[in-house]
Amino acid sequence: MDVFSSLMDGFATALTPMNFLYAVIGVLLGTAVGVLPGLGPAMTVALLLPVTYALEPTSAFIMFAGIYYGGMYGGSTTSILLNTPGESSSVVTAIEGNKMAKAGRAAQALATAAIGSFVAGTIGTALLAVCAPIVVDFAVSLGAPSYFAIMLLALLAVTAVLGSSRLRGFASLGLGLAIGLVGIDSVTGQRRLTFGQPLLADGLDIVVVAVAIFAVGEALWVAAHLRRNPLQIIPVGRPWMGKQDWKRSWKPWLRGTAYGFPFGALPAGGAEIPTFLSYVTEKRLSKHPEEFGKGAIEGVAGPEAANNAAAAGTMTPLLALGLPTNATAAVMLAAFTSYGIQPGPLLFSNEGPLVWALIASLFIGNFLLLLINLPLAPLWAKLLQLPRPYLYAGILFFATLGAYSVNLQAFDLVLLLALGALGFMMRRFGLPVLPLILGVILGPRIEGQLRKSLQLSAGDPAGLWSEPIAVGTYILIAIILLWPLLYKLYRRNRPATSLLSPNATRGNEPADADG
Amino acid sequence: MSSSPTLAARLKGRSELGVALLLGAVGVIVLVDALALATPYSQSDPVGPKTLPLIVAAVLLVCAVLLAINVLRGGQGEAEGGEDVDLTHPADWKTVLPLVGAFVANILLIDWAGWVISGTVLFWGSAWALGSRHYVRDGIISVVLSVITFYGFYLGLGIPLPAGLLKGIL
Repeated sequence: MDVFSSLMDGFATALTPMNFLYAVIGVLLGTAVGVLPGLGPAMTVALLLPVTYALEPTSAFIMFAGIYYGGMYGGSTTSILLNTPGESSSVVTAIEGNKMAKAGRAAQALATAAIGSFVAGTIGTALLAVCAPIVVDFAVSLGAPSYFAIMLLALLAVTAVLGSSRLRGFASLGLGLAIGLVGIDSVTGQRRLTFGQPLLADGLDIVVVAVAIFAVGEALWVAAHLRRNPLQIIPVGRPWMGKQDWKRSWKPWLRGTAYGFPFGALPAGGAEIPTFLSYVTEKRLSKHPEEFGKGAIEGVAGPEAANNAAAAGTMTPLLALGLPTNATAAVMLAAFTSYGIQPGPLLFSNEGPLVWALIASLFIGNFLLLLINLPLAPLWAKLLQLPRPYLYAGILFFATLGAYSVNLQAFDLVLLLALGALGFMMRRFGLPVLPLILGVILGPRIEGQLRKSLQLSAGDPAGLWSEPIAVGTYILIAIILLWPLLYKLYRRNRPATSLLSPNATRGNEPADADG
Repeated sequence: MSSSPTLAARLKGRSELGVALLLGAVGVIVLVDALALATPYSQSDPVGPKTLPLIVAAVLLVCAVLLAINVLRGGQGEAEGGEDVDLTHPADWKTVLPLVGAFVANILLIDWAGWVISGTVLFWGSAWALGSRHYVRDGIISVVLSVITFYGFYLGLGIPLPAGLLKGIL
């Protein structure tokens, strides 16, 4: 079956009234949580997991897709209207976006963000529809050793590349892997880290872990540092753009898309790097470089497009390989598993209708976001005025409800609080959250692939590099891990630089020591 | 760098060492637990259940040591910012502790008193801890939220949240 006819079938499924309704709910909910501080798409999907067990998996994933795209969109609204971005991927948007808003051009900033997101999201989803089957064709030939290597790459790359401190990234990864170990070992049936507690035998539910780290940890952390003086929210009317704005926006949209998609599809690419690259590019290419820093529309259009294209890119490894590269994708992977669906290259052949309906719903969600959000922008801006005690009390309320409804046992709430305290501590001391979540979700899968690989080779470790893709991946891993060292060597071989600033390099050492 | 800092001076303001301690403790627990596992030799599972726990324990212990060194040499984790986060003032335990209190009250009450009561306590207590002083309005919102979610989960999703003390009334 070719891509186009599969996609049309997908549209037929996604456009049934019920599924369409879930798409609408998804984008509305996603935008709301994206706009609201303290909430994000990953947490929302995690919270909704127990609630959606009663639904068809297809409907549930259509809703999740809407939340994912909606969350991206809502995040940009917040960063334009308030100067403090909630997600790291909208940091760049805030630079020019907030300046534009302050200069009375909030409507244009929101419009170029919305339309740019639509353009980038649509192109990105089209690329996903074309690329994913190609990746699948390639991936079905891969064996356990290659999967082990690729998963290892995803884990280590996220840990080593993102975040300001590698050491703290690895600490977070270690904690996540330890959490993932809890429960009965699937091969030998032995209990690991259960401390004789029968309630731990099934392992820690991913809903409880994700909600604790994202929601409870965040609520406690914000409570400890709640702003005394509320932020200024810039009032906004209906977004619109003049002819000049269109002219200055369309090229950045396309360039941003070109940056965003490939980075999103790479393990550890994420949305931060492409948004930044897009910003730098637009600044260099702009005919109005003097406006940068004072509210240049290109600086909003490009990064926002990159952000959304990256979101579409992220779906490629998730659907084609079962490999999540950001928090939302990781929780969606957990969702697949909890529905009894095996993610990975067989997903397209085993669950074809679901996958294509999901991809079709990404197109629909994108269109809905444009349709709903242009007129509703003033309403979303009002949402920012929600009294903070209610917002964070509500987050705790729904976090408790979501975690409790998984198993209906108060013990899960104790875990929720304990892991929430861990989330608090991680925020306090700058341990990134993503490696932990990926460790919890990918840890058991990686162990499975490792055991399968060595089972095939009858215990010979050489079995791990018996496939060319695995070897290539290990080389990549080595480069990523050794990069700081290589960089230092390179610097050392150029005495001019090190002689010029010996103090500067020494001053950096404590921070570098973790490299 | 100060000339010869004493141990006490070095420890001051280094609460991050607690993180290293936690990592070390978790590492030791994982290690001890892993060593207690039996590994029956089997052709079909040469890796066994021990390997990954041992690797994880090693990662945690190495991170604990490196982090301790990093912190003592002046390294510092960057506290996370956010829309509602103001890092200029120190952690406000007067807000956090009552909040945790409301959470614990919910855990203790949920199975006995039921979700409607414990959820009300949770929301009202959290809002109060976070500085809301509209006692009546908060109370109404709490009760309405709890009752709606109770019936929503029961009727809409078929998930019976505990009715507790209000059994028969709800």
